[in-house]
Amino acid sequence: MVVGVLALQGSFNEHVAALRRLGVKGVEIRKPEQLQNVSSLIIPGGESTTMAKLAEYHNLFPALREFVKTGKPVWGTCAGLIFLADKAIGQKTGGQELIGGIDCTVHRNYFGSQIQSFEAELSVPELVSKEGGPETFRGVFIRAPAVLEVGPGVEVLAEYPVSSTSVLYSSSAVQIQEENALPEKKVIVAVKQGNLLGTAFHPELTSDTRWHSYFMKMGSEAQEESPSSIVPVGGVDPSFNEKARIDLPIYQ
Amino acid sequence: MAGTGVVAVYGNGAITETKKSPFSVKVGLAQMLRGGVIMDVVNPEQARIAEEAGACAVMALERVPADIRAQGGVARMSDPQLIKEIKQSVTIPVMAKARIGHFVEAQILEAIGIDYVDESEVLTPADEENHINKHNFRIPFVCGCRNLGEALRRIREGAAMIRTKGEAGTGNVIEAVRHVRSVMGDIRLLRNMDDDEVFTFAKKIAAPYDLVMQTKQLGRLPVVQFAAGGVATPADAALMMQLGCDGVFVGSGVFKSGDPARRARAIVQAVTHYSDPDMLAEVSCGLGEAMVGINLNDKKVERFANRSE
Repeated sequence: MVVGVLALQGSFNEHVAALRRLGVKGVEIRKPEQLQNVSSLIIPGGESTTMAKLAEYHNLFPALREFVKTGKPVWGTCAGLIFLADKAIGQKTGGQELIGGIDCTVHRNYFGSQIQSFEAELSVPELVSKEGGPETFRGVFIRAPAVLEVGPGVEVLAEYPVSSTSVLYSSSAVQIQEENALPEKKVIVAVKQGNLLGTAFHPELTSDTRWHSYFMKMGSEAQEESPSSIVPVGGVDPSFNEKARIDLPIYQ
Repeated sequence: MAGTGVVAVYGNGAITETKKSPFSVKVGLAQMLRGGVIMDVVNPEQARIAEEAGACAVMALERVPADIRAQGGVARMSDPQLIKEIKQSVTIPVMAKARIGHFVEAQILEAIGIDYVDESEVLTPADEENHINKHNFRIPFVCGCRNLGEALRRIREGAAMIRTKGEAGTGNVIEAVRHVRSVMGDIRLLRNMDDDEVFTFAKKIAAPYDLVMQTKQLGRLPVVQFAAGGVATPADAALMMQLGCDGVFVGSGVFKSGDPARRARAIVQAVTHYSDPDMLAEVSCGLGEAMVGINLNDKKVERFANRSE
């Protein structure tokens, strides 16, 4: 099983490292052709505007949308979740392109800037029932988005309570397309729709590999009928020539 | 990695775990900036150009390093009003510089809610002996270094991200390369060293022993390391990435060039595709004039990098 990790910017190395700990090979994806050789895709955390610009330049969006349409598993963390959402608010002036697929509305930088970044123990009943382990998961929220509302077909996997009087991040660049009149008591931070998974926090920044393992199981369910994927031989594999990069550790 | 008796990785707050915010959250943002380019901007318009070009963050300041060199005088923290305006004009993270040792400038920057503070040698140092105690802040800091010892000293003080000092504002990448090679070289040396020799090595580079040992075990710095100081072209940016950095700061290099928007885009591409020469060739074409820059053979050029240890 070969998992692709979109490697335009951000925490792709961390995802590859987490996959390696599960014994799965992660391949860095920078061009549309490379998507043909992978059976599932992870879109890492990072700066979503940067990734959108780079994806646009390489004409990746059509290929990514095609990938999602074929029903192959895709997991977006933080910036990746923004890409997979059908609708996003809090975008820069002029907006940014999305891949879409999860019927939800996501708010960029929901919790504010870096000072408001935090870690929280999240209650994740669905994950625990499939993967076992401790009842809670250590969610690392870095300038994180939040899902404000979901459509009927979307499963909510984790929520985070916010006080209804908390000041939301606002700037003159934010284009609020609809009014958020109701004060939120809880915002959604992990969603699943079909073979699409989205988390607003960063499992790849922790040593807890349950989300990666959960995603791999989504992949293997989808793979039951198709033949085992062959690791690509043709084309230039840039990682071949590069010295193995020694990477940052995963948190304990 | 868990339970192997190895020297602690993140989150164990070896000596000064702050109650304010866990170190892991501070470093987390740096990890999200990896593979990206952070650009110096002096007004909201430049900030928007940078965001459009694909910068993963902007550094807000009143004068880019090249201008600080040209104009002289004392360079201090920028007007918070300017920084606020820049912050309002973009959705990507915003950083700003504070003078070395000037913890009140850092407090002000934290109060206006930007994402990162750069304790920078480009500004005139406020304290010749001491740096800011970065553990006292919720906001994460990025600090410059010329060698491994300096990098680890800054990390022990609480820096959550490291960059090379290079020689800012010169458009000359020679010093940045020197500093990266020095850090990487020392790490390579350290990795092959006998554990018993690490005590003396730590003394020699004047760095805390626990961080030296952690670096030895990780085989790299325990935090994200960017390149900075003199990057002017896509080739420069890719060079720094291939030498082992996690990302690049570009200061005067973008907005002092002939076609800033185009050059900014090209540098962002170069950092993503740093090991793909065909891509690098493509993005380097037709960029217009690069910043002129300063040749460091001239002895009269002030060395910002030597301002602090």
